[in-house]
Amino acid sequence: MNENDRIPKKQLLSLQLDLSKFEPASDEEKEQHVHMREPSTFFRDGMKKLFRNPLAVGSIIVLALMIITIVFAPLIVPYSYEGMIEVDGVRDKSAKNLAPMTYSKREQEAIDRGEKIFPHIFGTDALCRDYFIRVVYGARVSLAVGLFASLIVLIIGLVYGSVSGYVGGRADLVMMRIVDIIYSLPDLLMIILLSVVLDPLLKSSIANTSLEKIGTNMISLFIVFGLLYWVGMARLVRGQILSIKKNEYVLAARALGAKGVRIVRKHVLPNCISVIFISTALQIPAAIFTESFLSFVGLGVQAPMPSLGSLANAAREGLQSYPYKLVYPAVAICLIVLAFNLLGDGLRDAFDPKLRK
Amino acid sequence: MWKYILKRFGLAIVTVFIIITITFFTMNAIPGGPFEKEKAPDPAVKALLEARFHLDKPVPVQFWYYLTDMFRGDFGISLKTGRNIMQTINESFAISAKLGGIAALAALAAGLVLGSIAAIMRNGVFDRVIIFFTTLFVSVPSFVLATLLLLVFCLKLAWFPVWSAESHSYFLPILALALYPMSYITRLTKSSMLDVLGQDYIRTARSKGLAETKVIFKHALRNALIPVITYMGPLVAYILTGSLVVETVFTIGGLGSKFVTGITNRDYPMVMATTIFLSVLMVVATLISDLIYKLVDPKISFD
Amino acid sequence: MKDTLLNVKDLQTAFFTDSGVVRAVNGVSFNLEKGKVLGIVGESGSGKSVTAYSILRILVDPGKVVGGEVFFKGEDVLKYSKREIRSLRGEKISIIFQDPMTSLNPVYTVGNQLMETIMLHTDRNRSEARQRAIEMLTLVGVNDPEKRVKQYPHELSGGMRQRVMIAMALACEPDILIADEPTTALDVTIQAQILELMQELQKKLGMAIIIITHDLGVIADMCDEIIVMYAGRICERGTSDEIFYNPKHEYTKGLLRSIPKLGMGHIRLKPIGGSPVDLLNMPKGCAFASRCDRAMKICLTNQPDEIAIGPEHMAACWMNVKAVYDEAADSGNKQGGDDK
Repeated sequence: MNENDRIPKKQLLSLQLDLSKFEPASDEEKEQHVHMREPSTFFRDGMKKLFRNPLAVGSIIVLALMIITIVFAPLIVPYSYEGMIEVDGVRDKSAKNLAPMTYSKREQEAIDRGEKIFPHIFGTDALCRDYFIRVVYGARVSLAVGLFASLIVLIIGLVYGSVSGYVGGRADLVMMRIVDIIYSLPDLLMIILLSVVLDPLLKSSIANTSLEKIGTNMISLFIVFGLLYWVGMARLVRGQILSIKKNEYVLAARALGAKGVRIVRKHVLPNCISVIFISTALQIPAAIFTESFLSFVGLGVQAPMPSLGSLANAAREGLQSYPYKLVYPAVAICLIVLAFNLLGDGLRDAFDPKLRK
Repeated sequence: MWKYILKRFGLAIVTVFIIITITFFTMNAIPGGPFEKEKAPDPAVKALLEARFHLDKPVPVQFWYYLTDMFRGDFGISLKTGRNIMQTINESFAISAKLGGIAALAALAAGLVLGSIAAIMRNGVFDRVIIFFTTLFVSVPSFVLATLLLLVFCLKLAWFPVWSAESHSYFLPILALALYPMSYITRLTKSSMLDVLGQDYIRTARSKGLAETKVIFKHALRNALIPVITYMGPLVAYILTGSLVVETVFTIGGLGSKFVTGITNRDYPMVMATTIFLSVLMVVATLISDLIYKLVDPKISFD
Repeated sequence: MKDTLLNVKDLQTAFFTDSGVVRAVNGVSFNLEKGKVLGIVGESGSGKSVTAYSILRILVDPGKVVGGEVFFKGEDVLKYSKREIRSLRGEKISIIFQDPMTSLNPVYTVGNQLMETIMLHTDRNRSEARQRAIEMLTLVGVNDPEKRVKQYPHELSGGMRQRVMIAMALACEPDILIADEPTTALDVTIQAQILELMQELQKKLGMAIIIITHDLGVIADMCDEIIVMYAGRICERGTSDEIFYNPKHEYTKGLLRSIPKLGMGHIRLKPIGGSPVDLLNMPKGCAFASRCDRAMKICLTNQPDEIAIGPEHMAACWMNVKAVYDEAADSGNKQGGDDK
């Protein structure tokens, strides 16, 4: 602050007052006076908030590391998830239930001969398969199931919900009654039921196709998600659209003569997209949970294809002798689900318009 | 009010009917009757068996028989054990009900208390600890949790006996069953409590000169409970499906483990009966929670 | 000094948000005498409600009183213990809020909430408290009070609810009633009724009232004194007449120009241009300068002090300094001229 800026408090009437300061201020000067905050978009603001949240950042890092691992590990690790470990092209039957980072008798001999053998990071299972690569494939399957199931839910829910919400009236009433009924069905029991039934039904029709590998149970899981799980999303989307439809700014747009499609695209979608996105992110761990539950009751992916749930379930046999076989897939599931949950929470804190001040 | 109850009751009945229909027709869609798997049964015996189970009739008639039998409490017999299914359900559900009932109450009580504490002391150490553990617990699949508890406390540390005919220790199974819903209720209560604490009427209550405890326990808690009540239905559903897992892991002979055995054995009548039985329980639970919701929240109109 | 009930001295309240510290109230001082009506006027965000909440200490996180003193009958309520402040709230100083729709607890009956206050601050038992509640409802003009006590807030109209709020606030005959935008959320016809009721009750019960509003027109003939606030500071204060007929702050003038008057003919209403100041980035100098038609260079650099315009009139505007200076210079020139 320089001398001239001092408030001429005491010497109010003294003639030392700087007269030039009492000249009218120009518009530019006034403009400069208010330091406007940097204009910030909704998206940029949210991203800033998201990256300031250590839990969300941690989750993103964990998920990124996991995705890198499950993409690249199969390229590096020289074992397959379905075949027995082979030493010099011969199946190694002594490589059964190896502890992590140990070698079988024949592998040890090979090492002693100077051959390089890739270590069994997580040991091996009862069928002499490398456990690390099985966990990696399991994580691949579980994540894929989660993503794909969420996608199905998103698409069906979005279409159904927006039609119901936008059309309104009697169609809305009927559509929502259907949703009410599906909503009140016990979803897990229905999944079990449908999986039990669809298994023999689908088996013949997918034989010798590429679908055979993932097995009938997974297909029925997706079918069930497509049949039952979308209702939550549909309700959410409809609720969003209804609340936005009632909003003043949409009324204003309509009064100004904007067309329906334009209203949805310009006003409705941007406002509900964050809520829908967050809900989809939170659907992924739910789907992974469901898959692991189905694996537990024996309705999971088709063997020898592993999923984290089926690996953990298989580990229950011989639990006392080989507890690590439970621990690896269990930790992997928990990490994935935890990361998605925390990321979802973080996204909600950062992007939910209702929580913004 | 009565109109609402009737309407809600009607919806519940429709739902139950739809569940029974889906269950019956999907089970019927499975190719091959139950008596075709056996090695070349005597045609005469087969016809007799089919007549006994009305399998010689068209499917809609079979459905009618199934419905009427069901209302008389007859779900047929198990394909594996040959025992009357209703009897099996009766016996095993007693254990499941005890297990699930205690777990549900424990989850509810602990969740409400912890959630309120976390909301009141938000950003304090206690809040952070509670939220850390509850976030962790909602990320562990129930069977993993159950298996880990079994491994650590029964097998390795031997603090609790393994379930057997002689020694019933309900503690670990209840813990395994209750941790997830408890964590969920804690988080739900916290966010709903925080929401309520920011409402204008809480400011009014404070401005009257009420003590903070009175503000929280009289004015905030009752409003914060409303969203938790809507979770009652899902809670019962979770406990029931969770019991499938927990009972199997802890080898408890409840309804849940019978159901899982039924699935593994492809014991269709058993799966059907249990599905219907559990579904009806869930529908009833949702119905009750909806009715309580209307009672607690005077804002909701009864039309 | 006459019967001073409340004396606020250099009150400062800040909100510690994630994006920075918001100084919502920045050095507010005023006196309230027994039985008088004080109006606090300002647009949203000017700190008028926060001032009221600071007095009763009902600010919520992240708001905090960071400086100043609030004397109630000579005692600093900011130094009160929790117990002491609780016996002040509702018993000696009551408050009613802007939105009667959300200010009553939806899950308890009107009677329950009224009786709660009465039983808290007096030693009436349940049935006596009930009697008092019905009495109060009758006083504030709620029809059929016996039935109303059994009803839930959502069963009453907005005007009725605000009457209930007033009944609740006055049930223990407080010395001061703070009315925080009591009519903003109501229909115009109801607004008039509520204000009339408050005036009537003030005469009957003799309490002092602080009425907070953004609408100068509403409180014109009600207040003994009016304080105009902008961006957490007082920019002008004076008797109701002084403020209305002799405003000395450009913001007050702007507010007055924006009130529609009956019989104004075709004179256009003149709204105040620009938008309220960003409290996170308070400019130096006068906060209103950027929206002020007559802003001078000094307004942009120096915060004006409150200077006396008359015995009961103060304003914080450089224009007044300039006027005084111009006058002095004028008379100086004249004198000089005479001398020659």
